[in-house]
Amino acid sequence: MTPTSPDIKIRCENISKTFIQKGHMEVPVIRDVSLDVRENEFLVVLGPGQCGKSTLLRIIAGLETPDTGSVTLDESPVTGPGPDRGMVFQSYMLFAWKTVLSNVELGPKLRGVPKDQRREIARKYLELVGLSSFEKHYPHQLSGGMKQRVGIARAYANDPKIMLLDEPFGQLDAQTRMFMQVETARIWDQEKRTVIFVTNNIDEALYLGDRIVLMRGKLPGVIHHEYLVDLPRPRDHTNMDLLRMRAKIIDETELVL
Amino acid sequence: MAYQEVKVKTPLSMIVLPVASICSFFLIWEGLVDFGFVPETLLAAPSQVFNTMVVKLSDPNPDGAVLAVHAWTSIQEAFLGYILSLVIGIPLGLAMGWFKVVEGLTRPVFEMIRPIPPIAWIPLTVFWFGIGLTGKVFIIWIAGIVPCVINSYVGVRMTNPVLIQMARTYGATNWQIFTQLCIPSALPMVFGALQIALAYCWTNLVGAELLAADTGLGYLITMGGRLMRPDIVVLGMISVGLSGAVIGVIIDAVEKKLLAGIRR
Repeated sequence: MTPTSPDIKIRCENISKTFIQKGHMEVPVIRDVSLDVRENEFLVVLGPGQCGKSTLLRIIAGLETPDTGSVTLDESPVTGPGPDRGMVFQSYMLFAWKTVLSNVELGPKLRGVPKDQRREIARKYLELVGLSSFEKHYPHQLSGGMKQRVGIARAYANDPKIMLLDEPFGQLDAQTRMFMQVETARIWDQEKRTVIFVTNNIDEALYLGDRIVLMRGKLPGVIHHEYLVDLPRPRDHTNMDLLRMRAKIIDETELVL
Repeated sequence: MAYQEVKVKTPLSMIVLPVASICSFFLIWEGLVDFGFVPETLLAAPSQVFNTMVVKLSDPNPDGAVLAVHAWTSIQEAFLGYILSLVIGIPLGLAMGWFKVVEGLTRPVFEMIRPIPPIAWIPLTVFWFGIGLTGKVFIIWIAGIVPCVINSYVGVRMTNPVLIQMARTYGATNWQIFTQLCIPSALPMVFGALQIALAYCWTNLVGAELLAADTGLGYLITMGGRLMRPDIVVLGMISVGLSGAVIGVIIDAVEKKLLAGIRR
């Protein structure tokens, strides 16, 4: 085991996970995945559907336990879900019976932060995601993109050490998705956090990531390639370097159909 | 961003047809009795029932109490039994849905008692409590608690599992997830239980009063039968139906008000 260098935030070592389906069928989902994420790094885990990338994220979140290997956050082992890792879900997962403001307040409220203070925190991050004028709305009154911005504000309001985003824009239409990518880059630039962002969209990965890990297109999931995206921000989808890298990633994506 | 409210006109046929339906129901009923198709000893005409009602408003004869006393007895019994079944059944069902220990301890007994029709308890309650208020409240409680427990249980069980995971990643404790997530999620089911339990309570109230009572709307119906007075029987039936409907409407209104914030 190598000693952890000071700016390593998350370290995954030799993680494997096998699910048991229908009582006896074993499905190996992840095999021997090791991954380090640096402080304030925007890491994108890229891969097609059914490649184990969401399971990897759920293991880091503590929602699944790995069969072998370990996850450490700031050198202490992850044993279960906790507020130091803020999760953003593909299907938003907002409380339908609460206003936008109350939804964003969730984390501080669960920790027992007094009302005035948690209001203040929630308002700050609603402003960050550009939804200040919607604080009294209910989720059903918002568009998909707005709902996910509430989800992102909620994750920020809990002041996590790292943010885990599980295909957060998977339910959005193409235009909204592009807009949300721009917004995510802007928000992250304003409030730097360590981010692990799971997606199946190459353009999204290239637009957002400092680093992209590409997972193999079949189970069990393993890390196939790694790309350092050393391009200035805000990025341009038509930048030549970016397009060259895009072609390379597509070449090296292994799809099993 | 607010949407403009648009008033949708109800088509005329949706007003005319129901009114016509109700009017013809009563007209045909009246005609059947008035023109002798059905003998008066078997069925009372609506006009007769109305006359009896006016009389019964002030005359305790022949069954021993005026209409208001019968209605008040029934409403009291139903209300007490109903409230008790909500107060005990809903928390029990909610806890059964979330806490494995509660489920393991209470569910087997509950499942054992559940298939016994509440009316079957009547002889025992007469032994225990006589024919007064307590026995009937007990029967109604048994009747009402079943839908309360089941709906609350299912409501908690139907909480979106990803929402529970989300709450865990935000640091929620088991108790916080139960109170702040599972219970609000279960509320629509719980409110369904309010209506179902009311129907169960009301039905079983009349059943209980038919067999063991000295006042009450069910007792009025029984006495009408014993005295061969179809007008009193029908009056009792209509009173039961109307009071049940009125209570149902009230609960519906309360439900709408409380659930205003929940949209899916």
